Amino acid sequence: MKLLGKYVDKGMQGNVTLMPEESEDMWHAYNLIAEGDSVRSTTIRKVQNETATGSSTSSRVRTTLTIAVESIDFDTQACVLRLKGRNIEENQYVKMGAYHTLDLELNRKFELRKPEWDTIALERIEMACDPTQSADVAAVVMQEGLAHVCLITASMTLVRSKIEVSIPRKRKGNVQQHEKGLAKFYEQVMQSILRHVNFDVVKCVLIASPGFVRDQFYDYMFQQAIKMDYKLLLDNKSRFMLVHASSGFKHSLKEVLQDPAVIAKMSDTKAAGEVKALEQFYMMLQCEPAKAFYGKKHVLRAAEAQSIETLLISDNLFRCQDVNLRKEYVMLVESVRDAGGEVKIFSSMHISGEQLAQLTGIAAILRFPMPELEDSDDDDDEDGAAGGDNSDSD
Amino acid sequence: MSRHRIVRGMDYNDEYDGYDDVYGHSVDDDCVSPTDQQWLYDRARGQQSMSAFISKNKNIEEEAEDDDDDEAFQKARRDSESFQMPELDELEQAKLSSCVDEVRSVVGDAVSERRIVETSMRFDYNIQQILDEILNEESSLKEKEKQKDKEQEKRSQKLKMPATAAKTLLMTTPTPKPTPTLTKITLATGQKDARRGFDIASPKAPASPVISGRNTPVDGGDEATTRNSNASFKLSKEQAQRNAQQLYTLERATLKSHIHMIVIGHVDAGKSTLMGHLLYDTGNVSQRVMHKHEQESKKLGKQSFMYAWVLDETGEERARGITMDVGQSRIETATKIVTLLDAPGHKDFIPNMISGATQADVALLVVDATRGEFESGFELGGQTREHAILVRSLGVNQLGVVINKLDTVGWSQERFQEIVHKLKAFLKQAGFKESDVSFTPCSGLTGENLSKGAQEPALKSWYKGSHLLDVIEHFKVPERAIDRPLRMSVSDIYKGTGSGFCISGRIETGVLCVNDKVLVGASREQAQVKALTMDELTQTSVFAGDQISVTLAGVDINNITVGCIICDPQLPIPVTTRFQCRIIVFNVKVPITMGYPVLLHHQSLIEPAVVCKLTASIHKSTGEVVKKKPRCLGNNSCALVEVETSRPICIERYSDFKELGRVMLRVAGVTIAAGMVTKIR
Repeated sequence: MKLLGKYVDKGMQGNVTLMPEESEDMWHAYNLIAEGDSVRSTTIRKVQNETATGSSTSSRVRTTLTIAVESIDFDTQACVLRLKGRNIEENQYVKMGAYHTLDLELNRKFELRKPEWDTIALERIEMACDPTQSADVAAVVMQEGLAHVCLITASMTLVRSKIEVSIPRKRKGNVQQHEKGLAKFYEQVMQSILRHVNFDVVKCVLIASPGFVRDQFYDYMFQQAIKMDYKLLLDNKSRFMLVHASSGFKHSLKEVLQDPAVIAKMSDTKAAGEVKALEQFYMMLQCEPAKAFYGKKHVLRAAEAQSIETLLISDNLFRCQDVNLRKEYVMLVESVRDAGGEVKIFSSMHISGEQLAQLTGIAAILRFPMPELEDSDDDDDEDGAAGGDNSDSD
Repeated sequence: MSRHRIVRGMDYNDEYDGYDDVYGHSVDDDCVSPTDQQWLYDRARGQQSMSAFISKNKNIEEEAEDDDDDEAFQKARRDSESFQMPELDELEQAKLSSCVDEVRSVVGDAVSERRIVETSMRFDYNIQQILDEILNEESSLKEKEKQKDKEQEKRSQKLKMPATAAKTLLMTTPTPKPTPTLTKITLATGQKDARRGFDIASPKAPASPVISGRNTPVDGGDEATTRNSNASFKLSKEQAQRNAQQLYTLERATLKSHIHMIVIGHVDAGKSTLMGHLLYDTGNVSQRVMHKHEQESKKLGKQSFMYAWVLDETGEERARGITMDVGQSRIETATKIVTLLDAPGHKDFIPNMISGATQADVALLVVDATRGEFESGFELGGQTREHAILVRSLGVNQLGVVINKLDTVGWSQERFQEIVHKLKAFLKQAGFKESDVSFTPCSGLTGENLSKGAQEPALKSWYKGSHLLDVIEHFKVPERAIDRPLRMSVSDIYKGTGSGFCISGRIETGVLCVNDKVLVGASREQAQVKALTMDELTQTSVFAGDQISVTLAGVDINNITVGCIICDPQLPIPVTTRFQCRIIVFNVKVPITMGYPVLLHHQSLIEPAVVCKLTASIHKSTGEVVKKKPRCLGNNSCALVEVETSRPICIERYSDFKELGRVMLRVAGVTIAAGMVTKIR
């Protein structure tokens, strides 16, 4: 993302002009734009003209529109962001108050105006514009008969394809069917890698599986590559890396990102950092339950006591419709930072972020134990659960 | 159609369920069948004894007419139709058949075969006496008919009495023919209601004492008929009215009982070798094949794997020298047919082991006696521990422990005792009863104490117990839930030889016959059974506990996945994405919280799921709620949780179907909890 202009006054009002450059930037834009903001961008609109004789012609014109956003749609697979709203600046084609849906496009600038910019949003712009952040990794998690080809970017984990093939079991005197099924499965996974992994961007390809599936697949893939002369694979052989995972399901990516060899190779990616932070939280919950809490109620109480050392918060909490609720979370983040704590905002598109979102979306590791929070469970349990449910539905 | 009552095909058992207890399905009509049933041709019943009919009946079957005049003919025909030859030894059989031929040559076809057989048995094959008796009876037939009419009146009064009273009365009612015949013995069981699962005629099938109210035959039958009329699809009448227990008796009474045994243990404990050797010793592997394995394994420099190769068939498994998927094989002992399931011991293949263990009735735990090896398998994270806990949580309660490779420690008794001591304490804690666990020393490679008693002097000196085959022989056969609605879990899908495709798996409960209609998986698609095979042999019907392959038609192969459940269309399995279960948490590195992603193992199914709510933590032994909505669940705790899957799955409550109500939760290759389904949303 490129920041082209930023005019934010002391009252935190103002606008910024941004230009998305890659698909990941759409995700950032999705997190930035909230309902009620106004967005100005060029777009194509079908305009109907009525001539004096009564016949009408319609034509498509490119024009610049400003809309007040009413609803936001993000397609995770295609990375397309659609904003729907009413026109607030009349021009020659479009009347005031007419509905229009803006499709944000790559390499076309847009201007975003917010009634109030908060720190989270400004941080997001900074993060999105940091070029060092982009370190793409492709990962294939597989087991016999099931594979996920994923793309891990700084703030998203995208499942590019899921391959499910039922492979006959080995049975007495009928091993061929098993081996044939396996070969067919490997072929499909290989084709999917060829199709979905862009070796210009991807730094390394992790192949993870239980048992010997990864070795078998690796051997099969390069045998085929030599046979069929797949230059793409042969040239990038050194980028493949074999890692252990317990299954071929998507959430075993978490194990992959915890593997020491993988951490060494891609030390600074956000995904690995998030997995580590969540793991720390769970370890703390196991060892010292009075120093690890989750749920809005508990965390707010801990924040009041200025005891939060690390705050884990999922970004889907900031995407909520309710302005006041968002403000509350922003306040929480700021207060933790003021007290010298660390705040980790998890991307809900990562595996660990998904898990955190399920875990009410907010969790904290404390500096000192607060057993009184645990004891007071019973009376405010209901609220905690309700808070959790809210964040789920967002 | 519904306006026309299909009188002929109607099952009168359902119409008068009050008498059902009394008049059940008796094969002998002339003693106890005063109701209309006597005069009606019951097609369903005819089919149940079809095999008897084909082999013995000499009459040509024809469409039954309701001609009440020709009672004698009717009776005679039905007699022979539903008559089963009494079980006799060969000598008796020969005597009988020659005797029957003799009599036939005199009296012709006028007399039913049954009568002849009965009479000839009564008079000990004395032809003269038999002929006398039969011919005399013929003449007094008319008299008897009158008597019977009276009898019937008497019975019809009794119809108004409660069934139990009628039953007791019946015992005292003089029968028209007071001659004690063999068929009457079967009748006596009929009075006790064959459908109740009580059967004297089959010596090996044990009486089933536990049958839930949900499946009592009378209710079941009623339900079936009412539902049948409502159901959107037609079932064949046989399927709707099948009497599972009778069918089972008919098909399986003479066969050896069948059990499934899974062999578990730490990687390299010698499971495959032990089983391979056992198969070789019992003559299930030919000399030629064994020689081939020996040569080939020698070539690879892995001669010690020659027995393991009997079960490890894929190239990958042989090259690496470990089992990866469950191997299957069968042996026959003196009283049992045993299906051996050879589970992989490697940690990464536990999912395969779980799918194998769900099919097993009993387990054999193999431990390596070598110093250091036993310890590494037994310590935390070793498979000896995890496997034992897993099979216990999957409902296996009989365990044979095999202390393998005892030759490497010189058949030392101390070592044996040490291992037994350690394991006993652990297994008790895991929930095995001491009486259900046995310990056997042996060596899989040398074959010591496998199928023959101890030969090695060092072992013989202190070990007096039974050998491995004997241990297997003495496993108790678990109760098979034949009376319950059909449930079958799919563990494999493959292309068969002919048209269509095959699925294989185990029948958990109920009966499955060729041409039955079934529902498949969570999508509840309807399919028809085209063929059934068990151990490569074609069957017409299979029962709970059998490991079978089914050829299905009418459903797409892509709609069936490993782990889905095949079920009865009338009583289908619940489908859900969210259910509550009671779990026991094992040793976990991190606690279970809300939103914890897990892999759910249910039968052969592996599905990603999320623990979405911790309802309450409960006390391990008393079951009391300790804390409502706990924040997290730590080691060895017990709790009620809600689990949500992304795709709908077929699951049953534990209280309804034990086999299908058990789940395992695994994370990162470690089993974190075992659970029982308590509530389905």
